[in-house]
Amino acid sequence: MTTTVPPSVGAAADTPATPPGLSDRVRAERRLGWMLAGPAFAVMLLVTAYPIVQAVYDSLFSYRLTDPGNSSFVGLENYWVVLTDALWWQSFGVTALITVITVAVELVLGFALALVMLKALKGLRPILRAAILLPYAIITVVSAFAWQFAFDLTSGFVNSWFAWVPGISADTDWFGGFGSSLLVICLAEIWKTTPFISLLLLAGLAQVPDVLQEAAQVDGATWWQRMWKVTIPNMKAAIMVALLFRTLDAFRVFDSVFIMTAGANGTETVSFLAYRQTIARLEIGLGSAVSVLLFLSVVLIAFGFIKGFKVDLSQARGEK
Amino acid sequence: MSRRTRTWWIVAGIAIILYALFPIAWIVSLSFKSPADIANGQFLPTVPTWENYALIISGDASELFLPALLNSFGICLIATALSCLLAMFAAYAIARLDFPGKRLILSTALAVAIFPVISIVTPLFNLWRQIGLYDTWPGLIIPYLSLTLPISIWTMSAFFREIPWEMEQAAQVDGATTWQAFRKVIVPLAAPGVFTTAIIAFFLAWNDFIYGISLTSTGAARPVPAALGLFSGASQFEDPTGAIAAAAVVVTIPVIVLVLFFQRRIVAGLTNGAVKG
Repeated sequence: MTTTVPPSVGAAADTPATPPGLSDRVRAERRLGWMLAGPAFAVMLLVTAYPIVQAVYDSLFSYRLTDPGNSSFVGLENYWVVLTDALWWQSFGVTALITVITVAVELVLGFALALVMLKALKGLRPILRAAILLPYAIITVVSAFAWQFAFDLTSGFVNSWFAWVPGISADTDWFGGFGSSLLVICLAEIWKTTPFISLLLLAGLAQVPDVLQEAAQVDGATWWQRMWKVTIPNMKAAIMVALLFRTLDAFRVFDSVFIMTAGANGTETVSFLAYRQTIARLEIGLGSAVSVLLFLSVVLIAFGFIKGFKVDLSQARGEK
Repeated sequence: MSRRTRTWWIVAGIAIILYALFPIAWIVSLSFKSPADIANGQFLPTVPTWENYALIISGDASELFLPALLNSFGICLIATALSCLLAMFAAYAIARLDFPGKRLILSTALAVAIFPVISIVTPLFNLWRQIGLYDTWPGLIIPYLSLTLPISIWTMSAFFREIPWEMEQAAQVDGATTWQAFRKVIVPLAAPGVFTTAIIAFFLAWNDFIYGISLTSTGAARPVPAALGLFSGASQFEDPTGAIAAAAVVVTIPVIVLVLFFQRRIVAGLTNGAVKG
């Protein structure tokens, strides 16, 4: 599909004007750099920047695919419709709730997993690593089905296994209410994505010099003190990068919700709302407005993290 | 380490393995339950049966499942190959050449990686219908690049930075031609990085659901996750649970194989690009 982007065009358009006075060698290196990296850069812009610009444009029209002749410019009206609708705030709230719960639990659980992997005996380590990669690599839809079927009224085993817990019986319908549906969705998300966080944290943990730990131990610090005062401050960058990625990822939650509840009982998330407006109801204008608002939310979260917590993204990009 | 703490770490390790494998074991167990057995309320089937696998491979559900499996493999492999090819040139330039805009390219890759997929789908859905890419392989391969290309550029740049490029000159000093130096020295050093990147990119493409359900309408291009998600909607079967479980197990096999064989590399690839001291 690269044929849609002739490399020469991409490179030529992106080549910055070379300041005069540079040697031919430097100039040639710059040109070669953009000739090699240009196509990838152009493709990235083509598959994301173009659609989002198109979405912004579409969001300014009253446009239904079932009635294409009646498309008319309405300015910001779609945004007004979305932002004054309880449905948007409901799905925004649910998305925020899922994000906060899953990220908080994953951070603690992921840290515990990382600690165990760090301390694990050499022989056990490859097995642990392979085991922990499985939830990460498995298809989200498959994980969602596994968790749904486990809690399901007919196919599940959870009700019969946990019948001794007060409030759970053979006919507890987990997908019948808001709270319990959300709980199962969060459980599935946590299971699937904790490994990613724990691998990032493990990489951070491995960078904390042992000397610091030993020095604190000699000075009589308890395990807990060493964790809080030595280890965690020294791996702050890794924690922040893991948090940022997971938060942005959690905010886009869609697959699990689609499979488990299809948005029933008020579990609709922002991504699901956008999907339903556009693909199911063919309201291109309104759906685009929701998409743009979701995009803006993600940008704001990322911006907030980078400015607020001073996440150093050059680290995230692997630059020294 | 005392004997007691040692036992404790081993117990914790086993807990992790159980945590990771339990839901997978459950879906495998479910896939071996016969329709009458599905509601037995137990973890394991009363009598294991291959019925569900027969259903998706040669039975009623095969018309839905087999084309989807072919679509998934074809589309994901092509998208992975394309993004690796593009990323290879970009990563080489980023690791070895000095040119303005390096940071711009890496920042763009990062921005694209955190992009909400649904925001891309909305306009593509409309455009693909107009230009005839709706429900075709290229119609999915192009948007899949938004999933696979950023991580490829990013992971591969991190790998390429660690290659001792001086060895190329050293080989040339020793009398190798430019091509020989590249072929015999650089390619073997770079290949593991490219390969690992390909695995990670493949996982991302294989996992896609939103593009799959939004940009396809028939078996012509619909990948497995999307077919599974819409399986239950088609009331073609009495109870699709067993068939879904069996299909879920089949699409998980490639993932398990890749993880088992290449776990060390995958972990290096995932963390190399992300956390660097």
